[in-house]
Amino acid sequence: MSDVRNVVIVGSGPAGYTAAIYAARAQLDPIIYEGSVTAGGALMNTTEVENFPGFTDGVMGPDLMDSMRKQANRFGAELITDDIVEMDLTGDIKVLKDGSGNTVKAKSVILATGSAYREIGLVNEKRLSGHGVSWCATCDGFFFRGQTIAVVGGGDSAVEEATFLTRFADKVVLIHRRDSLRASKIMADRAKANPKIEFMWNTEVIDVLGADKVEALKLRNTVDGSESERAFTGLFVAIGHIPRSELLTGQIDLDNEGYVICEGRSTRTNQKGVFACGDLVDHTYRQAITAAGSGCAAALDAEKFLAH
Amino acid sequence: MTMATSKVTTATFDAEVLKSSTPVLVDFWAEWCGPCRAVGPILEEISNEYGSKIKIVKLNTDEESAIAIKYGITSIPSMYVFVNGEVVTQIVGAKPKPALLKDLESFLA
Repeated sequence: MSDVRNVVIVGSGPAGYTAAIYAARAQLDPIIYEGSVTAGGALMNTTEVENFPGFTDGVMGPDLMDSMRKQANRFGAELITDDIVEMDLTGDIKVLKDGSGNTVKAKSVILATGSAYREIGLVNEKRLSGHGVSWCATCDGFFFRGQTIAVVGGGDSAVEEATFLTRFADKVVLIHRRDSLRASKIMADRAKANPKIEFMWNTEVIDVLGADKVEALKLRNTVDGSESERAFTGLFVAIGHIPRSELLTGQIDLDNEGYVICEGRSTRTNQKGVFACGDLVDHTYRQAITAAGSGCAAALDAEKFLAH
Repeated sequence: MTMATSKVTTATFDAEVLKSSTPVLVDFWAEWCGPCRAVGPILEEISNEYGSKIKIVKLNTDEESAIAIKYGITSIPSMYVFVNGEVVTQIVGAKPKPALLKDLESFLA
């Protein structure tokens, strides 16, 4: 009879690691499944994080995650570099299975699986993924030295990616379906001042052309519907994220975009003993600091639940 | 018998990869690439378990950029399987061990 843990944390990043720190310090002996290849979450694919409070000169995303991980470890959290691939959260004892086939049981679960990149949804976008189509500038920008590439999107991520890519590309064209950016003013101003960045407003990508790699994009003007083609050797998609809630359908209440629904301002889901935090829940803010804050809240909610 | 992964360079690519009698998985990676580092240990495990069926070698794209360009690498990690000097399978992006084993199924049987 395998022993039943007090709390299992599914997912890492600032939400998961902060939950682990708090749960460990509350003597709950938490176990955290940080992901076999995704440990650290979205921040592992960023470079400088300038807006996380407490770091006057900014901090590198992977370094911030490494520090949080070490902190969780210091207080005794058990870190497993594996994925949870199956979960039954409906009973009093939650049963979860990891990628290596092991089963773990727990009285409470904290869900912190975060989000994945949103795709445009084109067949050729998927087909040419890794062959000129990318969702991660810091990962792949290196391979586009001296080229003319496109970034699709209008928010902070798109502007940040476009700006980062100018370190390698000769020209970066930011394609946005509206006529103004959603991005924060400071990011937008930096992009506008960058001579390597060109803006294509009121434009959407309707196809990605090329046999074995990206050669051109088919575009449509969102105002008059006219179509055109333009040569590009790379396409970076930065149109937002979708919550990683695929394993939760049918047992945890999700909104119509797949985000977990929590009770009021708590991290409580519809299932007793199951709590959710970070980008899995948050459509609105999606910052490292808000994720960390919600991870803390989830651990405190779990602690209160276990004490009753 | 366990077989660790080994490093391959421009100088050794022909002999180690193109002329190999067994399938070879070339892991295109770089030091600064997080997902590359994350999948590294998984490839070591697969190499130890299946080294007699598929040879796993690592090519650093910073050091050997000409080969990376030759094979059209635009995203890392990229894991290309070579059989008789030709690329027969392309795996792009870090994946968990079970998913990689599934992708490599036909070589591991």
